[in-house]
Amino acid sequence: MRRQCELMAMTCVLVGASFIATACRNARAGEADTAQRTGTHDTTLTSAPNAPANAVALPPGNDNAQGSGEWTMPGRDFGGSRYSPLTDINVSNVKNLKVATTFSTSVLHGHEGQPLVIGSTMYVVTPFPNLLYSIDLTKPGGALNWVYAPNPDPRSVGIACCDIINRGAVYADGKIIYNTLDAQTVAVDAKSGKEVWRTRVGDISIGETMTGAPLVVKNAVIVGDAGAELGVRGYAEALDLGTGKPLWKAYNTGSDADALIGAEFKPFYAKDRGKDLGITTWPKDQWKLGGGTVWGWISYDPELNLLFYATANPGVWNPDLRPGDNKWSITLWARDPATGHAKWAYQFVAHDAWDYDEIMENIPVDMPVNGQMRKLLIHPGRDGFVYTFDRATGEILNANMYQPTNWAKGIDLKTGAPIEVPEKRTHEGVVTKDICPSSTGAKDQQPSAFSPRTGLLYVPAHNVCMDYEGVEANYIAGTPYLGASVKMFPGPGGYRGDLVAWDPVHGRATCDVKEDLPLWSGVLATAGDVVFYGTMDGWFKAIDARSCAPLWQFKTGSGIVGNPIAYRGPDGKEYVAVYSGIGGWMGAVAFPDISLDDPYTALGVAGAVPDLKKKSGMGGTLYVFSF
Amino acid sequence: MSFRFKRWGSRWGLGAGRWAVLIVMMAGFTSSAHRPSPTAQREALRVCSDPNNLPFSDSLQHGFENRIASMLASDMHARLEYTWWPQRRGFVRNTLKAGDCDVVIGVPSGYDMVAATAPYYQSTYVFVTRADAGLSPKSFDDRSLRHARIGIHMMGDDYANSPAAVALMHRGLGANIHGYMIYGNYNEPSPPSRLLDAVVRKDVDVAIAWGPLAGYYARHSAVPLVVTPVSPRIDTPFLPFVYSISMGVRRGDTTRKAFLDSEIVRRHDDIRRVLGEYGVPLVGGS
Repeated sequence: MRRQCELMAMTCVLVGASFIATACRNARAGEADTAQRTGTHDTTLTSAPNAPANAVALPPGNDNAQGSGEWTMPGRDFGGSRYSPLTDINVSNVKNLKVATTFSTSVLHGHEGQPLVIGSTMYVVTPFPNLLYSIDLTKPGGALNWVYAPNPDPRSVGIACCDIINRGAVYADGKIIYNTLDAQTVAVDAKSGKEVWRTRVGDISIGETMTGAPLVVKNAVIVGDAGAELGVRGYAEALDLGTGKPLWKAYNTGSDADALIGAEFKPFYAKDRGKDLGITTWPKDQWKLGGGTVWGWISYDPELNLLFYATANPGVWNPDLRPGDNKWSITLWARDPATGHAKWAYQFVAHDAWDYDEIMENIPVDMPVNGQMRKLLIHPGRDGFVYTFDRATGEILNANMYQPTNWAKGIDLKTGAPIEVPEKRTHEGVVTKDICPSSTGAKDQQPSAFSPRTGLLYVPAHNVCMDYEGVEANYIAGTPYLGASVKMFPGPGGYRGDLVAWDPVHGRATCDVKEDLPLWSGVLATAGDVVFYGTMDGWFKAIDARSCAPLWQFKTGSGIVGNPIAYRGPDGKEYVAVYSGIGGWMGAVAFPDISLDDPYTALGVAGAVPDLKKKSGMGGTLYVFSF
Repeated sequence: MSFRFKRWGSRWGLGAGRWAVLIVMMAGFTSSAHRPSPTAQREALRVCSDPNNLPFSDSLQHGFENRIASMLASDMHARLEYTWWPQRRGFVRNTLKAGDCDVVIGVPSGYDMVAATAPYYQSTYVFVTRADAGLSPKSFDDRSLRHARIGIHMMGDDYANSPAAVALMHRGLGANIHGYMIYGNYNEPSPPSRLLDAVVRKDVDVAIAWGPLAGYYARHSAVPLVVTPVSPRIDTPFLPFVYSISMGVRRGDTTRKAFLDSEIVRRHDDIRRVLGEYGVPLVGGS
């Protein structure tokens, strides 16, 4: 907070306002208010060594200590909690929320990800061509400082699987750092907008793209690749924060040496132990085309010094072609961020037959389990289960369904393996009906939020199932072949989207909000006990974090697939911001050039949201709300 | 060979002979009161094509699909324009459906993203071996495949793969498969050809490839290769290795489709001759 007030002082000198002191006083009052409120609940915001056994907390050091009003990382803090300690906007007054300002990004494609706020400046990264805007929040309505254009190679547009999206930037060491669609990582000076370094991480000539947001841990910028659809071999890579030079690279297929697996590697379950499993769980040499990319969310626990991320589905398609577990696809890694060395791993789904890639968020929280404080890691899965791990060891404490799921009956906590339903496994040339969830999962990349005040995870979920059907003629590069057709359709229950408040200790939902359309936006939870999310038809909504009761909503111009943030403006007021711009895998159905009779382009999702074209036009606007 | 993005690609891909015509036309403009002559506004045949995929097409127009396109343009007395885009996911969406071009010269006849014309040729998947290999399988059931290293194309992660993969799996030969991504590295010429390079280099004993690619490659290979159609033509359950190829236009573009259908009949022998020059293995009434 002190740093923020200094920044505010610097910028506010320009406008000659005398409100700085007031603003900072208000800000402190807000924090004090938070502390007072938390005392009335069985929760604390920061966990001290002598914290009571019944406290719920984000891990110590989780916050970046750059001021409670800022949003400097993709998920706000190292853990990606998407929890803001701001309280000005709360359950009693959120109904008065109004649009404060808007900003057009000039790009009409899926706006996944979220802006950053550092001091009195907001940073917005657009979908391809991946422009970076710097917006001065001290000016009325926000004024553009500068725009940085990385000029990514246009051929990446033809390669990206599921729209040309970008999931945002991270701030560290005076730099805004993000990935471009053509698989480069760029670092831009946050003040001047000048490029500091640029590193080519992947090669689009072989189908590698990058869509995820980096995370910075000490001097390491952690990034990962996308493009499993084109047979890319997945990896995570660390780049030096100062220079962009590679520090380490951990592959998700291949030898233990390639996967940075050594003496420190201690998986909890026997199924994940063995030598060179990244080779031996594949047919000969096929690990080279093995998929398992890292295009989702990365998190970090400073106390245990563990980096967490999970990997995508294995390539190539047709599970019959790759007998074996196909490690390390669909695997959660815990690694040392300095060396990349693996500490433990857990493969969610061995030998995937459904495209259940598990690149979803992994959020570290400290909560009491059976009267004992435990270091947990929550992973709401694509495969229909929310997993609660002991993050030090990789042991699953509970894993329960949160949406209609029938490919497995449950997760065997002794072996760590799913209890599969064999008739729901897909095989090429075989029709398999009514598989839940569909390939889009019970959720996809859109990230959850966790509130330490309620101890609940707020999960944006889908309820969509699929038929895996027969063959159809297709072609690539002049070569005809037969592909399976996947037809998706709404799951049972008469709803397609669900905002689920999930108790990770007991592994159960406490309340939820059923939505007509599948939820493709992320979630924000605040210390005002308000939870924000958006819908694919453009409604931005606020609900009560404890009861899930609807409190407020506003209709934006296009569908929301971005992730809301909260920040304190230079005027001392709390603001909530979110992108409105339909797109992404499911959202691309809204695009005029995607026809509903085109099953290949949208990979089957057209059947899940055939009505989306009528419900959202394309857009690319940042909306900011306050009183 | 570098990638060409469609808007950067040459839309005036004119052969040498046509340059001469153009120059005469332009000379005509300058001497006729700056008014475009009626011939300058003649129709264009706008073709959606891959700039790096021989023997089918390339940006130098050396592919057999380029030759067929020239033939059509000549019959129409039309200019020939190309929109270049790799034939991958999004090809039809970004070219034909975007309205940037009007004809795809080669698509499978059952391809439902376009309105397909009558088929104008039929080819087959083939076995490709070195002539000196002492191995020339004729069927998926050939005993010689049991211990062979078999190269096939991989299509990626979109619920799809080469039909050869399924035929081999059904025979318990999955462990023999060596996969080569059909996308390859687009900085290299004709990326799908890496599968056939593997036969020449003895990385695999046999490749199973789509006929036109294999026939052309074998014709130009310094190492003698043997190209043999696979058998059966249709494996069980429904798994065809023989495909008919049509031209594709946008749905509803019936006038153009009717013209192309009539051209396919009228130019049958000329098209066959071009395919023959490129070593395309033809089946069914060839």
